[in-house]
Amino acid sequence: MIGAITALLVCQLAGELISRGLHLPVPGPVLGMIMLLIGLLIRDRRTTSATSDAEPRAPDSLNHVADALLGNLGLLFVPAGVGVVLYGPLLARNWASIAVAVFVGTILAIAFTGRLAQAMLRRFG
Amino acid sequence: MKDELAEIWVYLAREPLTALTATLLAWMAGLKIQQWTGRHPLANPVLIAVALLATGLLLTGIDYRAYFAGAQFVHFLLGPATVALAIPLYRQWRVVRRSFMAVIVSIVAGGMFSAASGVALAMLFGAARDVTASLAPKSVTTPVAMGVAERIGGLPSLTAAVVICSGIVGASLGPLILTFCGVTDWRARGLAIGTVSHGIGTARALSVNPTAGAFSGLAMGLNALATAILLPLLWHLILGS
Repeated sequence: MIGAITALLVCQLAGELISRGLHLPVPGPVLGMIMLLIGLLIRDRRTTSATSDAEPRAPDSLNHVADALLGNLGLLFVPAGVGVVLYGPLLARNWASIAVAVFVGTILAIAFTGRLAQAMLRRFG
Repeated sequence: MKDELAEIWVYLAREPLTALTATLLAWMAGLKIQQWTGRHPLANPVLIAVALLATGLLLTGIDYRAYFAGAQFVHFLLGPATVALAIPLYRQWRVVRRSFMAVIVSIVAGGMFSAASGVALAMLFGAARDVTASLAPKSVTTPVAMGVAERIGGLPSLTAAVVICSGIVGASLGPLILTFCGVTDWRARGLAIGTVSHGIGTARALSVNPTAGAFSGLAMGLNALATAILLPLLWHLILGS
């Protein structure tokens, strides 16, 4: 389990270093996610090249840690979310435009993206 | 006796233990309420927990920074959890690879539509320019959104609040909207939620369906990438610097 946690932290740290070192606009953890995915796919190619029909499986410990973290992903947003209390006055001054943009904008964008994605997936697989 | 109580209060307000415990208790209350309502989409546990804790802070007058000093241990896990999104993506990799072009086009178009609709609505309702700029990156994950907002002249702290609100709105109303619009494909549902409502939407998608969760995580990551690169360019191109 410690190995799996370390693997996640190493990917995140490497992502942060690349992001900061090269002044990329992409945050470190997102780069870390891409690196971990590539790492798993490379590992796959090396171990199951002969039996390519076998279901690809990540190491058990990594599965456990990822499921534990992602099973409570919502919890991890709570501390930042409570920060809304800091912006009371600013939100109050611009409440109408912010509320409309957040509510209506989000609803329209979800409807648009969902319809587009379904049409694209039907068309191209 | 009164001094003793005051002393205990000072201890409780200062130690990370209290903030951490309160955060977990609020989250568990959120999950319980979600269960009682038969997992109704509007009973979003993030929304409930945030509302409980924010009310608590306002009532007791405890400073947000003092609260965050304890809650940061939970907040820290957001980084490793984002990296861990590679696992559901890896499990669904064959499904994802089969429809890669459709996935990329939907995410990039959806992400740009989301930014454009937010900006257009804010302008229509007379928002100040810095508020409009803060709203543009509202559908991407918090750290990216704050960086983008800064680059186009927005207020990063306002963006953080707006991003969380958009996530909660998308996670609570998104499933209802998608059903209403006849989007039944789990892949498309995941893509829409992840593109527009980043990690908070992905948390919800993961708890409903593994395919939707994997596509949502992918959409969140790719939209962060696309928005970080495209939004500042388009902003200066269309609205001028």
